Amino acid sequence: MWATSARRAIAGQSSVTSWLTQLRNSMIKSGEKVRSFSSGSNQLTVRDALNSALDEEMSADSRVFVIGEEVGEYQGAYKVTKGLLQKFGPDRVLDTPITEAGFTGLGVGAAFYGLKPVVEFMTFNFAMQAIDHIINSAAKTYYMSGGQISVPIVFRGPNGAAAGVAAQHSQCFAAWYGSCPGLKVISPYSSEDYRGLLKAAIRDPDPVVFLENELMYGETFPVSDEVLDSNFTLPIGKAKIEREGKDVTITAFSKMVGYALKAADELAKDGISAEVINLRSIRPLDRATINASVRKTYRLVTVEEGWPQHGVGAEISASVVEESFEYLDAPIDRITGADVPMPYAANLERLALPQQVEDIVRAAKRACYRQVPQSAAA
Amino acid sequence: MALIRRAGRSLSMLKRSSLFHGKQKKQRQQPIVSPSLPNLTPHLPSSLIRLQINTTYSAIPRGISSCSFRSSYIPNRLLTSEAQPKLPDEGIDDTQFLDFPGVKNTAFTCDLKFVSEKSEEVPCYRVLSELGEPVDGAKLPQMADALALRIYENMITLQVMDYLFYEAQRQGRFSFYMTCSGEEAAIVASAAALSNEDVIFAQYREQGALMWRGFDLQEFAHQCYSNSADYGKGRQMPIHYGSKKHNFVTISSPIATQLSHAVGAAYSLKMDRKDACAVTYFGDGATSEGDFHAAMNFAAVMEAPVLFICRNNGWAISTPITDQYRSDGVATKSRAYGMRSICVDGNDALAVYSAVKSARSMAISESRPILIEVLTYRVSHHSTSDDSTKYRSGEELSHWKVMRDPVVRFRRWLEGNGWWNRQKDTELQSHSRKKIIAAMMNAESMKKPPLSDLFTDVYDSIPTNLKEQESYVREAVAKNPNLYPSDVPL
Repeated sequence: MWATSARRAIAGQSSVTSWLTQLRNSMIKSGEKVRSFSSGSNQLTVRDALNSALDEEMSADSRVFVIGEEVGEYQGAYKVTKGLLQKFGPDRVLDTPITEAGFTGLGVGAAFYGLKPVVEFMTFNFAMQAIDHIINSAAKTYYMSGGQISVPIVFRGPNGAAAGVAAQHSQCFAAWYGSCPGLKVISPYSSEDYRGLLKAAIRDPDPVVFLENELMYGETFPVSDEVLDSNFTLPIGKAKIEREGKDVTITAFSKMVGYALKAADELAKDGISAEVINLRSIRPLDRATINASVRKTYRLVTVEEGWPQHGVGAEISASVVEESFEYLDAPIDRITGADVPMPYAANLERLALPQQVEDIVRAAKRACYRQVPQSAAA
Repeated sequence: MALIRRAGRSLSMLKRSSLFHGKQKKQRQQPIVSPSLPNLTPHLPSSLIRLQINTTYSAIPRGISSCSFRSSYIPNRLLTSEAQPKLPDEGIDDTQFLDFPGVKNTAFTCDLKFVSEKSEEVPCYRVLSELGEPVDGAKLPQMADALALRIYENMITLQVMDYLFYEAQRQGRFSFYMTCSGEEAAIVASAAALSNEDVIFAQYREQGALMWRGFDLQEFAHQCYSNSADYGKGRQMPIHYGSKKHNFVTISSPIATQLSHAVGAAYSLKMDRKDACAVTYFGDGATSEGDFHAAMNFAAVMEAPVLFICRNNGWAISTPITDQYRSDGVATKSRAYGMRSICVDGNDALAVYSAVKSARSMAISESRPILIEVLTYRVSHHSTSDDSTKYRSGEELSHWKVMRDPVVRFRRWLEGNGWWNRQKDTELQSHSRKKIIAAMMNAESMKKPPLSDLFTDVYDSIPTNLKEQESYVREAVAKNPNLYPSDVPL
């Protein structure tokens, strides 16, 4: 809670004192309990969170290995695997030829036989060339073999829109993988999420799809000492309430959590207290937390970057309508990306994605029966 | 003069290039040949070598056109370190020093010539004739009578099982079956050459390999009937066998995916330094899949100990070889990946055994993949869902079925050695038949897998949503017991 204000403050302020003052003021204004900072707050980028998690899991278990394009000599296409080749050698960090189908199949085969691969895709868009292995070979095998063959594999890589990379590099796959039984699908937001959930994913005996976000790699988050402990993991399937509120529930995952938090701050100025849920896990979806929150606020807005039809928001809506229908005071609003392949031109790209916080704020206000126009002004 | 400058540039290119023999950086690296050099190029005519030795630095021995100069023996000429006082000014052409990173052993040419689409002939290895007699000059593999008889008995049992299960499907006892008629020798003899530690990744027509490993008739029947004793817990179609204890990975329907899996498993075996390899079976059709290319390439790059055994039986459902690929066979494809291969007569059990045994030891000791093309013929229909008379001639089918039966061929060899006779054959056939029918009756009478097996093994531990769904189903069953099938336990 203080972290959210801190993040907002860090983003814009130049002077420390004015930052601290504004922080204190905003905390008092929003009625939150004023807590003093823990003095040992560490700053951790998402990239370092991933790198340290991989490093520690590879040190702890010699069966874990990393495979993918450019993960070794190049230090990782996004430098996530930096230093791992030097530390663990070419047996544990494998650079591959350009064949997603090949190295995914190989990783699955290695997992069949008892190793624990971490397969990196340069982006999940390229994983479509290997999706047969992810679904038919990894997700279904434990079931279809009658429990004889387990597949302790992790598929990770950037997912969703980046900046100016057009349609074949910008698709969000959360909904597609989230619909497949046999897979666990994770989409973290903060460094704490990335670190704890990657460790949990590597330790998990089931196949896990770990959806990262390219634009988040460089983002810094404060983390406690507990997060930096080598045994720190987060449970898969539990969402996190990033910010408590009582008027409207906003669910989001990955980068959109940041926007939802900013939207919550905007709404707070209008006296609307929004509860922001960071889903963390797409499959299993933490329906209990979402429903409990809706039963408290009576209103729901789901936020995602992906396409609207059959999206994550659609599943959340269905779940809430099934379980908490009587509690809803307003129709559920889904904020999603536009139903088009991602355009390249910067202005078009901006329009194709949920627009910063304005869309979220507008949807939340609509849920709270404030007068707002239905669609964005052109 | 321009030539000398070019020669100088070539020299420095040579120092940097990988063609240069010594990896260590010597101070003076003038390429001079000493007359005391041993004959490192015995394949070249001696006149050439003499010319080579007598010449001071000259990239091209006189009398040989620069167009066809082979760069491969340049390193031999650079082993001394004597300085050359002066560079010669003739016969030097820097175009011969090919140091592009993409190719190691080749030379420039000034002939505009394309590489032919026809590959070098790959001979087909065979030791027994069609009549089961050793071919002239053949060196038969060491095979004791016990092993030979075990192979034969497996092949017969396999044939009988295939026949009876096919009929059972026709009678509606289970929904699907695939026989391996015509390919028994290819499958059983290759499996016999492996050790039980080798992990098998099969396609779907290799029940003979699983049978060899010790999967018994009753277990086959349970899988096909999808009953409660099925190791797959009733989740797979018939013939999608799998058995962890027999090191046989569960059959997966998508074609050729098992090839990359096998490479992955081979990588694990290599990392564990086990005396075992991964073995993957696939058909001619699978060589068209992207996974074939990826797996072959990857296995070669990673030096993984994996055997790629291709049952080239001429047909992929209704697609004949001529529509499947334009190379001449499958064994020839491995060269493109830098992989060793062999083409074997798949209807000659002894040849298959010998080739696979040899390939296996190469794969493990040298940590390399090997492609084994086993030529055979698919006498069976593709599956019970197929009627192959629609796309191939009856004469072709009956020729292979009657005249080229691999089991009969092996039997002739056994009889020739005095290890087998007609009477034993009849006994074996009827004994197998009785056992299989008993297994089928037993499997048929067993209950189907219980309701709980619907929800387990999706994940390592059952998630809450599935527990809920299971309890909903049980409530519904409790309310309407008459609507629930009686042979499915709760």
